[in-house]
Amino acid sequence: MASRMRRMILSPTFAVALVLVLLTTFATLRYDGFASAYNISSVLRYVSMFALVALGMCFVIMTGGIDLSVGTVAAASSVVSAILSPYGLVAGLAGGLGFGLAAGLLNAVIITRLKILPFIATLATMLAASGTALLLADNQTVSVSYDTAFTTLGQGDMFTALRPEWVDSDEAGWFGKLLGFVLGFPIPAFIALASYVLGAIVLSHTAFGRHVLAVGGGEDASRLMGLPVTRTIFCVYLISGTCAGMAGVILAAQFGAGQPIEGVGWELFAIASVVVGGTLLTGGKGSIWGTLAGAMLLGVIFTILNFENGMGWISLSAYWQSVVRGTFLFIVVVLQSRLAKPAQG
Amino acid sequence: MTALKPIVTRYGALVALTLLILFNLAVTPNFATMQTLSVNLTQVCTIVIVGVGMTLVIATGGIDLSVGALMAIAGALSPMIFMGTLVPIAPLWLAITLGIILPILAAGAFGVFNGWLITRFSIQPIVATLVLFIAGRGLAQVSTNGNLQVFKVPEFQAIALGRVLGVPFQVWIMLGMVLVAAFVLKRTVFGKQVLAVGGNERAARLAGVPVTRIKLIVYGICGLCSGVAGLIVIAMNSAADANLIGQGMELDAIAAVAVGGTLLNGGRATIIGTLLGALIIQLVRYTLLANGVPDPVALIAKAGLIVLAVWLQQREQT
Repeated sequence: MASRMRRMILSPTFAVALVLVLLTTFATLRYDGFASAYNISSVLRYVSMFALVALGMCFVIMTGGIDLSVGTVAAASSVVSAILSPYGLVAGLAGGLGFGLAAGLLNAVIITRLKILPFIATLATMLAASGTALLLADNQTVSVSYDTAFTTLGQGDMFTALRPEWVDSDEAGWFGKLLGFVLGFPIPAFIALASYVLGAIVLSHTAFGRHVLAVGGGEDASRLMGLPVTRTIFCVYLISGTCAGMAGVILAAQFGAGQPIEGVGWELFAIASVVVGGTLLTGGKGSIWGTLAGAMLLGVIFTILNFENGMGWISLSAYWQSVVRGTFLFIVVVLQSRLAKPAQG
Repeated sequence: MTALKPIVTRYGALVALTLLILFNLAVTPNFATMQTLSVNLTQVCTIVIVGVGMTLVIATGGIDLSVGALMAIAGALSPMIFMGTLVPIAPLWLAITLGIILPILAAGAFGVFNGWLITRFSIQPIVATLVLFIAGRGLAQVSTNGNLQVFKVPEFQAIALGRVLGVPFQVWIMLGMVLVAAFVLKRTVFGKQVLAVGGNERAARLAGVPVTRIKLIVYGICGLCSGVAGLIVIAMNSAADANLIGQGMELDAIAAVAVGGTLLNGGRATIIGTLLGALIIQLVRYTLLANGVPDPVALIAKAGLIVLAVWLQQREQT
């Protein structure tokens, strides 16, 4: 029992979650309006896209692969779903998911059939998806239709109809505020959360999940044991593509436009989230919840920088963001390599 | 068929390039002009220069994603030095000399930092160089506050715009670097050691190859190459924009290396191949654009080209 506690406390997921809680507490105390329902909701809406992409990336990285195409695939999916949005919510959703799936399929075929290294294969798909996005969108953003329910996928709340008005008043108290928050939970964040629950179940309670970790731990050994290695690798790229497609749908629905040149650097955000969350980049070991915590943490850091600027004490330009992210990634990978070593010996 | 194999392996890139040129001579209007040559060469220059460093890195079995960011650092730093924004430097020649040397050295130092991360902490290259890929451009943007630095210093801009024997000076720089690197890789102990590290790191270490030092040097060289390319870009544009210098360069450089026939797992590399690879990619794009195909389609064609080249290369191996 004690050793189990110890293991949990030492686990990367716990460490990231702890940092996340500490940072959020710090920010809540320091900035007015940080813990406001409005801010929380907008942060969640924004982070949900990155969290989805990171979820797919987590599965790919657990098999020892990498998917560099997620950013431009999400951008192209946002264009496809924006084009289809006049035909309704389902059409837009299916279009975006379908494009993501198709891109994932392309990656999977190139990697498993042509036996090309994942980073080269997905690099090529990254270029191809970017070209497709620009082609479909004719080099400009594509407005979504506001006549259909499509935009609720990005802008809507879960239980708008049930939400009483009094929770928004000043006398609402903490219970009222909590109720208001739960009933006003943003739909994109709900989609992301549901995907993570599904992902966690698949990883720890299905044969496929075991295969993913086994393949990442040792491809040859897995093959010798008779595990369906090729099929497993094939599937993780489909998952990653679909997640990117969903992120693209949310992107289009949230900002009201399909954006062919968005998505630059998303793959790095996703990889950073996965690494920060304690998933080994060599594969074989991974944490779904750690990845979610990692994505949240990067999102919170971004928000804190924005608030810090708003305070006016110091003026950190937006460019500091990437420096902070890079430094953060640096610290995490160095720590990870330190922690990983004794375990191997 | 089997007799053809080695020929395709060795001269595949050259054959492809020749076919492309013949195709263009037949189809593209005004292809055989000095202007076409000049445009294509100047556009391919920086890719080849970065590609030289990338080839060495990939030859050791590594990868460097930070090249574009290092170009931005060098490109942002240089005008600050030769325009005297940081410290006023009196004679112009000194300011320009420092403005060329210091940024290149800085980029080289960041390259060594990549190598240090990779060797000291045994972090995979793709992740280690991701750190500077993210933070490097940020550093360049922070140091210039994201502003465009415009300048008009012909003495400095000669590195890109000057001409020797009618050929732009940057093309000479490119050729010089390609020849030196090709010689070093083929004829020196260092070159053999680089390939040994990429072929089998454990075996190389056991055979007494200073693996750690080789990797540090290789990433350092890649940084230096990126620095040179960064300076050429700003000299060509008469302006340094930290947001744009070297954007997407890592993809172009890796693509050139792959198309040129260097093995992506390391152990076999060709600098001349990288030069040819970069020329092929540039010429495919030029051919498509000159014949009225839109840019996005050219992007998709480039993706197909990379996959095709790597696939062919792997088939030859087995």
